Amino acid sequence: MAGKLKIHVDPDKCQGHSRCKSLAPELFELDEYGNAHEIGDGTVPDGLEDKAWLAKSNCPELAIDITED
Amino acid sequence: MNKPVPVTDWISDFDHTDPRWTENPYPIWDVLRAASPVVHTDRFLGVYMPTTYEAVKAIAYDTEHFSSRRIIVRNSRPPITQSAPPITSDPPEHKPAKQLLLPPFTPDAMKKLEPRVRAICNELIDQFINEPGVDAAARYTKHIPVRAIAHMLGIPEQDGDLFIKWIHEILELGITDEDTLMRAIQEMSHYFMGHIQARKSKPTDDLISTLMNARGPDGQPLSDMHVLGSLRLLLVAGIDTTWSAIGASLWHLAKTPADRERLIAEPELMPTAIEEFLRAYSPVTMAREVIKETTITGCPIKSENMVLLSFPAANRDPAMFHDADKVLIDRKENRHAAFGLGIHRCVGSNLARMEMTVALEEWLKRIPDFRLDPAGKVTWSEGTVRGPRQLPLLLGAAR
Repeated sequence: MAGKLKIHVDPDKCQGHSRCKSLAPELFELDEYGNAHEIGDGTVPDGLEDKAWLAKSNCPELAIDITED
Repeated sequence: MNKPVPVTDWISDFDHTDPRWTENPYPIWDVLRAASPVVHTDRFLGVYMPTTYEAVKAIAYDTEHFSSRRIIVRNSRPPITQSAPPITSDPPEHKPAKQLLLPPFTPDAMKKLEPRVRAICNELIDQFINEPGVDAAARYTKHIPVRAIAHMLGIPEQDGDLFIKWIHEILELGITDEDTLMRAIQEMSHYFMGHIQARKSKPTDDLISTLMNARGPDGQPLSDMHVLGSLRLLLVAGIDTTWSAIGASLWHLAKTPADRERLIAEPELMPTAIEEFLRAYSPVTMAREVIKETTITGCPIKSENMVLLSFPAANRDPAMFHDADKVLIDRKENRHAAFGLGIHRCVGSNLARMEMTVALEEWLKRIPDFRLDPAGKVTWSEGTVRGPRQLPLLLGAAR
């Protein structure tokens, strides 16, 4: 069985397009400048895996990494 | 003003102001892309154009060889006297100037503005809903962004026609007519200085006052010139861009009944539809000035040239997007570059998305049936920002 997914937004790459936040608000939050960060330690709760991949595949700056534990 | 020589060879002599480019640029870009990832023209004192997503991205990310001090390709390159930070800034000045503007444009800030934009849309629709037809570019899409930005800045919404005139003079006529360009910039600066002066004695709760109260990286308040430059940017960048994006979306829905009906039946598709309209009909082409010789995707790039940074062409690159020439309102993966890539990502992208969404939602709610008026002509703006400037529609079900 596959392990849990973990997401991470690279703050040097994120330019605040906020695509991830609109596609997966459960997984990402924005700071006062509109730049995205993963919520908590980035662990993707069960059932939200597809949203994590969707956010990654819509980030124009390729700023989102997904790793599998 | 000399009339330009018509283009016969697009690949070595392209002209982004040619009427054929203005009317339908997509087949021209396909020709250019098939020829090379970067093409060059001697027109406009020398201009490169990246034609692929990869080449556009490489240039957008490269602030060492490409400067933003000039961001519009024109016939002349007058000395730079007026800047509009952060869009005309390079590192290291860019980041602090941009950070001042970001907080007022976050998605949460836009939610607060949304009810006013919804009201603006309905006020506009009220004026023509009982007519058989309407020029939607002149009476709907044009007025939404200008009133929204005026509302944010705290200046009278009815001054909108003035702003639209300046923008036309700066972005379109100004490509070839330097006198008009300079006069428009002066008029606009004079107008905003008046609003800045007024707030010195009587501060207000709006974006102009926010900028006046902001502190630069040195801890000092911004100079009047910096505030003025940023205001000029918000007006120029925030108005006919979104006017164009809303207009192109409505144009698509007017000529594509299947998408219109599907969007009404499945309103949850609105977010992917908006992103797809942004990709397929991206309004904004930026520019850079080459400041150091380099190579992009194998193509040599020489100094003293401008670069036409065509995000719209990148967004039609079949190497990046499957069915790049088709408009798929449920496209799931869409890394489009309509708002730019890298540090100059459009500061108003959240505002533009909100305005597009609200403008289409309110229109479809009240006018579910509409189509292009076969007796009218759709015309498109020229140059840096592309969108319908006349959009004659027939309202109501076909009879």
